[in-house]
Amino acid sequence: MAGRRRIRWEALSLKLVFGLLAAIALLFLVLPTAVVLLTSLTSSQSLRFPPPGFSLRWYVALLDADQMQRAGLNSLIVAFWTTLLSSICGTAAALAIARSRSPLMRAADLLFMSPLLLPALSFGFAALIFINRLGLSPSVPLLVLGHGIVCVPFVLRTTLASLSQLDASLLEASESLGADRLTTFRRITLPLIGPGIGAGAFLAFMASFDNVPVSLFLADERTEMLPIHLWQQIETNLDVRTAAASGAIVIATLILMLLAERFAGLTRQMH
Amino acid sequence: MEADSRLVLPLAALFTAFFVAPLVVLLLLSLHGDIAMQGWTLGNYVKFFSDPFSYSILIDTLLLGVKATLVCLLFGYPVAWLCASAGARWQSVLVFLVILPILTSVVVRTFSWIVILGRQGLLNQIVTGLGLSNEPLRLLYTEVGVVMVLAQVQMPLMVLPILTVLSKLDPNLGDASRVLGAGEWRTFFRITLPLSLPGIIAGCILTYAASITAFVTQTLIGGARLIYMPLNIYQQAVGANNWPFAAALSIIFMITVMIVVGVLGAIGRRSEIHGRA
Repeated sequence: MAGRRRIRWEALSLKLVFGLLAAIALLFLVLPTAVVLLTSLTSSQSLRFPPPGFSLRWYVALLDADQMQRAGLNSLIVAFWTTLLSSICGTAAALAIARSRSPLMRAADLLFMSPLLLPALSFGFAALIFINRLGLSPSVPLLVLGHGIVCVPFVLRTTLASLSQLDASLLEASESLGADRLTTFRRITLPLIGPGIGAGAFLAFMASFDNVPVSLFLADERTEMLPIHLWQQIETNLDVRTAAASGAIVIATLILMLLAERFAGLTRQMH
Repeated sequence: MEADSRLVLPLAALFTAFFVAPLVVLLLLSLHGDIAMQGWTLGNYVKFFSDPFSYSILIDTLLLGVKATLVCLLFGYPVAWLCASAGARWQSVLVFLVILPILTSVVVRTFSWIVILGRQGLLNQIVTGLGLSNEPLRLLYTEVGVVMVLAQVQMPLMVLPILTVLSKLDPNLGDASRVLGAGEWRTFFRITLPLSLPGIIAGCILTYAASITAFVTQTLIGGARLIYMPLNIYQQAVGANNWPFAAALSIIFMITVMIVVGVLGAIGRRSEIHGRA
């Protein structure tokens, strides 16, 4: 009996320790998001937490924040083109890489994934030197190319993962029934890997919208990007409008995440 | 070339023109004394390795990554374990909570941490309210603060690879170990942990690389006095306008990251082979 009690106590203690650590971690994961939302709803002039009262006044104040709105629009435009670029190039490359065993393709895969690990700031700086040597200066199209490099890995990874689960016999069946390659791709492959591409495109969009290190070097002087604008606000005059803008970004992110979960099974694509 | 392989060409062209070429130019510039790139020199590298202040920044950055990664692993593994043992519906909810921070704008996240960690922030109100300390703790602009925030921000990168491995684990192995009389902890340390090593290492690679290169978090939470490599590169490039030296710093930093990733990757492959045997 003593042995059994020991085992039961052991099982309990493991669950207790792991559960406690996980609970702390989950609290810390959610805390910042909750704090941003609550702070942005404050009725006071200061960022004191918890807020003394709640109001929507700072969200209303955002309607007049012209500079912030322009920066937001710039970020949306760049994120849109970056997502388009990285989804098309990333999906095409994933199709080639998934169907090949050649060492050249392995090397290409490694190269395309490397922006995920290498310091983005160094890449942004290198890109600036490069376009300078070519006699060009920072511009929106070049910024989109730079964002494309650091966002492609997201599309490539999720698309490769969904291609690896694609049943090859489906493709054979389609071709043996007389469908040409394009038809097979359009009717069989694309619908099956669609959620993978969708999840990757979503991640690429968020990564571009949020990018600081590349924008810092490749955005021209007239094109201010939202994260950099907010950063400057935080470093200089920390006002509550920054909190409201942050709150708006958090709400938009949550809505997009729920949509991505509904249509692309985001959480299933992530692991 | 087969039709399929040609699909790789657009991305290959983009990477050659806008990733490989800039890095080559970066390397070349680091071997010159000025932006005009006349006359080869190793001066920038000599300057880095002969200046204790310069290389102490590199060492601080590498150690920062180790600390953040260890904290991430300590808390991330139990989260992955909880996700793996939850039912399908709860697993979705938990994974949703886990990826929430990485999808929330990094500037917004950092801003929120300033509200939490500040002198009159949430955490200090709790600490002084409970009487744990008379003085507010200094967390903002300290390394403890930076490690805390990095661990939170990069947590998903640790949890997701571990979760992938844990959810593929055969539950019979654990049952067999328990039937044979091993306790839960022994089963965990002898069976589950070794088998999840590939996931742990994949998670550590991603977390480590992300932590040491996290320019925004390091700079906003660390302030101007805590200098790590990304800020150092930025200050040399933009503040001091010393492009060749900033290029050399970038090359040194990138090579260091590649070495660390390479070593961890080699350990990971070895553990995978052991896992299969």
